[in-house]
Amino acid sequence: MNPIDLIVEPLSYGFMVRALVTTVVAAVVCALLSCWLVLVGWSLMGDAVSHAVLPGVVLAYVLGAPFALGAVVFGFLAVGLIGAIRDTSRVKEDAAIGIVFTTLFALGLVLISVTPSQTDLNHIVFGNVLGVSVGDLVQVAALGAVVAAALLYKRRDLVLYAFDPGHAHAIGLSPRRLGALLLGLLALTAVVALQVVGVILVVAMLILPGATAQLLTDRFSRMLLIAPVLSVVCATVGLYLSYWLDAAPGGLVVVTQGAAFALVYLFGPRHGLLTRRARRDGAAPPAAVGRVEG
Amino acid sequence: MSPAAVDTAAIEVEGLTVRYGPLVALDGVSLRLAPGTVCGLIGMNGSGKSTLFKSMTGLLRADSGRVRLGGHEPATARRRGLVGYVPQAEAVDWAFPVSVRDVVMMGRYGRLGPTRRAREADRAAVAAALARVELADLADRQIGQLSGGQRKRAFVARGIAQEAEVLLLDEPFAGVDKRSEATMSSLLAELAAAGRTVLVATHDLQALPALADEAVLLRRRVLLHGPVEEVLRPENLARAFGIDPLEQGSRT
Repeated sequence: MNPIDLIVEPLSYGFMVRALVTTVVAAVVCALLSCWLVLVGWSLMGDAVSHAVLPGVVLAYVLGAPFALGAVVFGFLAVGLIGAIRDTSRVKEDAAIGIVFTTLFALGLVLISVTPSQTDLNHIVFGNVLGVSVGDLVQVAALGAVVAAALLYKRRDLVLYAFDPGHAHAIGLSPRRLGALLLGLLALTAVVALQVVGVILVVAMLILPGATAQLLTDRFSRMLLIAPVLSVVCATVGLYLSYWLDAAPGGLVVVTQGAAFALVYLFGPRHGLLTRRARRDGAAPPAAVGRVEG
Repeated sequence: MSPAAVDTAAIEVEGLTVRYGPLVALDGVSLRLAPGTVCGLIGMNGSGKSTLFKSMTGLLRADSGRVRLGGHEPATARRRGLVGYVPQAEAVDWAFPVSVRDVVMMGRYGRLGPTRRAREADRAAVAAALARVELADLADRQIGQLSGGQRKRAFVARGIAQEAEVLLLDEPFAGVDKRSEATMSSLLAELAAAGRTVLVATHDLQALPALADEAVLLRRRVLLHGPVEEVLRPENLARAFGIDPLEQGSRT
C-alpha cells in the first residue's frame, strides 16, 4: 500500500474525519493551556480538576444542562475543597488533592452506574473519539474557541501571574482573579479533552505539550507556537496509529506525545540530557554527538 | 511635627500588628520615611522583615495599624503603580521563559490596556530603564542567564519602568559579588536623589554604610530607627540579633 493511501484511506470514513477534527481541536487547546500550567506548577492541580469534573459532567447529562457548566462548577468545588482541607486541618496539600479528586471521581463513577442512558457514559471516563457525533464536535469546537480566545487575550497577565504574582499584586492586578480565570479555563478544557482521551488521560494532554515545549525554547511566545504544533502532530500520528493498529485511540495519542517528550528530553538541541552531556564531554562536539545519537 | 511633614512621608506605618495564629510577627510597628531616602531594614530571620513588606504591599492583612504609601491607602498606591517590589532570589523561577526585556516590561502592565500590549512610549520607557541599570546589551537574554547582580538590577529596572515612587527590595545582596553590590548601592542612591524612596531588607551589615542613609532595626517591633552609624553600634546590633539577655528576658 502506498503512503498516500495510508493517510487518505481512513478519511473515507465519516467517523474518522470527525475524530481527526475533534482530536486536533482538543490538541491545540490543551497545548495552549499546558504552557501556563507547567510554568505555574499546576500539573497536579490539572490532574485533580480533570478528574473532579466527572460528577459534574454526569449530573449535567442527567439534568440536560451543558457539560461545560457541570464541569466548571465541580472544578471550582474541587479546588475550594482542597484549599479548605489544607487550611483548616493538618493534612498537607498533596494529600488534600489526593483525597478530593479521587473522592469526586469515585462519586462520578457511582453516578454513572446508577444513571440510565442511551449513550454510554463510560465513554467519558475512557474517551470515545471514534464515536464523536456532529453535535459533540460542534460543542468541542465552540468551547475550544472560547478557551483559546480567553488565553490569548489575557496571555500577558497570565504569564505575569505565573512568573511573579507578587508583582502582579503590587501593581494593582488581582492574582486571585487571574488564578480563578486559569482554573475556569482548565475545567472547560477538561470537557474538550475528555471527548478524545477520556477523564483519566486528560491530564497528559494538559502537561506533555507545555513540558516538551519548555525544553525547546527560552521564549514563552515560542512555547505558544511549539506546544500546539507538536501536540497536533502527535495527536494526528496517534489517531492514525490507532486506525492501522486497531488499538485505543486515546491511549495512542498520549503515548505518542509521551514519546515526543522523551525524544526532546534526551536529544533536544538546547536542554537535551544527552546533548548537554555530549557538549560537555566533546572536545570535538560533532563527533561526540554523532556517537551518542548514532 | 508640621502638617507639611505629615503629607510628604513616602512611607508611613503606624502601629502595625500582624499575627500568624498565636505567633506575633509584627508588634505595633511604626515607621516614617521621607521621600528620597534609602533605608536599610535590619533584623534576623523571623524578625518580621518579609511580613512588613507583605503588609505594605497588601499581600497580608494586618490585625491592626495602618500603612500609607505616598500618602495613599495601599490599594490606591498599588493601582497608581507607586509600589515597586524586588523579590528575593529564591522566590523567582529563573528557568522561566521570559527575557530581561519582558521582565522590565511587566513594570508597565499597570498602565496598559486589558491585553497589556505595549505602545511606543512603553518600549521607550523599558529601554531607558534597561540603560539606566546598564543592562541594555543583555535585554534579549533569558532572565536566568544573567549573573546574580544583573538579575537584581533587572528587577530594579522593572521598578524604574513602572515609575514607582517606593521601591521595596528583599535581600538584594544575597549571592551577589562585591562589585555588583557597589553598583547596586550607587544605583539606589541615584534613584533616591531623584526623589524615590527605597527600603532595603538586608542581612549584609558591612554593605550598609555604602547603601543607606538610615536604617531600622527590627525585631517584631522597631527597636531603633536612625542614622546607619548609630544603628550599627555593637550594643544596638546585640539587641536586634538577640544577644542581649535583658532583651530576651523581657520579650519572651
